[in-house]
Amino acid sequence: MQNESRPQTILLPVKPLFIAFTLVAALLANLLPWSGWPLAIKPDFVALIVLHWCILQPRRAGFTVAMLFGLAMDVADGSLLGQHALAYSMLAFAGIVLHRRVLSFTMKDQILHVIPLLLANDVIVLVVRKLAGGEFPGITYFCGSIIAGALWMPLCYLLKLPQIPTPDPDHV
Amino acid sequence: MDYTPPPLFNRGPTPFVRLLLCALLSIGLLIADARLDYLDGIRQVVAVVVYPLQRLAGTPASIFDRIGDFFVTQARLRNDNTRLAEQNLQNAAKLRQFEALSAENTHLRDLLTARQKFPAGTLMAEVLYAGRDPFTRRVIIDKGLQDDIKAGQPVIDEIGVIGQITRVYPWLSEVTLITDKDQVVPVQNLRNGLRAVLGGTGNDGELELKFIPLNADFQTGDQLVTSGIDAVYPPGLPVAQVSNVERNAAYLFARITCKPLAGVSSHAQVLVVNWENKVPERPQPAEKSTGGKRRRGS
Repeated sequence: MQNESRPQTILLPVKPLFIAFTLVAALLANLLPWSGWPLAIKPDFVALIVLHWCILQPRRAGFTVAMLFGLAMDVADGSLLGQHALAYSMLAFAGIVLHRRVLSFTMKDQILHVIPLLLANDVIVLVVRKLAGGEFPGITYFCGSIIAGALWMPLCYLLKLPQIPTPDPDHV
Repeated sequence: MDYTPPPLFNRGPTPFVRLLLCALLSIGLLIADARLDYLDGIRQVVAVVVYPLQRLAGTPASIFDRIGDFFVTQARLRNDNTRLAEQNLQNAAKLRQFEALSAENTHLRDLLTARQKFPAGTLMAEVLYAGRDPFTRRVIIDKGLQDDIKAGQPVIDEIGVIGQITRVYPWLSEVTLITDKDQVVPVQNLRNGLRAVLGGTGNDGELELKFIPLNADFQTGDQLVTSGIDAVYPPGLPVAQVSNVERNAAYLFARITCKPLAGVSSHAQVLVVNWENKVPERPQPAEKSTGGKRRRGS
């Protein structure tokens, strides 16, 4: 509720191309050749960005984006086709339904919303793999989402930058 | 009279309906993929789309590697060179022996009119990255359909077996490591020729011999090589070494853990073995029920 008491700038509308660019960049970040312990605690960047755009721009990014990038992740990971698609569409749903609520909180409280959502994303993947006969990979599996939660604040700041209007000295 | 407001703010289906659609679609995909294996086509198409991104993502690391390679010290190169020359000399001696033995073997097999063993060809491939899926143990290599890789081919390094090709994409393929939970290798104990099935445990650096009776002769330190009876792995490739044998009369089977010999999760180059074993067709089981009865009756 503190957002209303703070001065706010009126942001420019976000460009769809920028959304696409950030999503592809997140996919690239996921596809980097991670190995060893960084792989174990790596946040799922695509999940984070999908959630971010579903919360901030629910009319621009939604289920289609979640499904498409979910499928891309499934193929790139060589995992079961559809597991990330399912998890990301759940994430998109949560983001779209909760977007007004989440945005009315301060940044710190937003993180407390984001982490459980990302953990739910992990749990969906875990349940799907368990049903398909996989083994639980250990508690470090959930570390990525906690770290992703820590990345929420810098991410929001960075992704808002192109929307902040440049002051025009000739214009009053 | 029916009155509906004009669709001024029509936003299409509600999020919940959309979620249901997406969830149904994904679950359909999951079932089709996990149970029915229908989706190889879709996978190939998406793989072609994602491939440039994968290559792009791998670029910084490979550039970094190349820069690192460029700045190796002369001392290290010289060390490597002497070591390799020595190794080469030793290998050459072994190779001469091997050639003589293999000629002798062919000759003996000819004499006995036994089936000849087919030599295996190999193709070198580079490991691009480790599989990111935390539920499986896999690596991705840079050879695929374009290089005639087929699913099922064994993959080895300079010491022994590291895994098997399980999925082939146009330019990449996926190697399931022997440490994967669902991967099994038929092996033979080098010391006494006992055959067994070696399965992964899902942990790095740990394998397990499955369904071994309590009294079977396996000891710590035994070398296990592929037995070749599966017609997938060529016989005689080193796989693992028994690291611990636990015999508990409370259980039906002995618990035998092994350590993989090859650097299963630490290598840059691997060899894909091209080995086609032409097994003669299985003989038809002899008809026994009708023949036996008649003879007894007559």
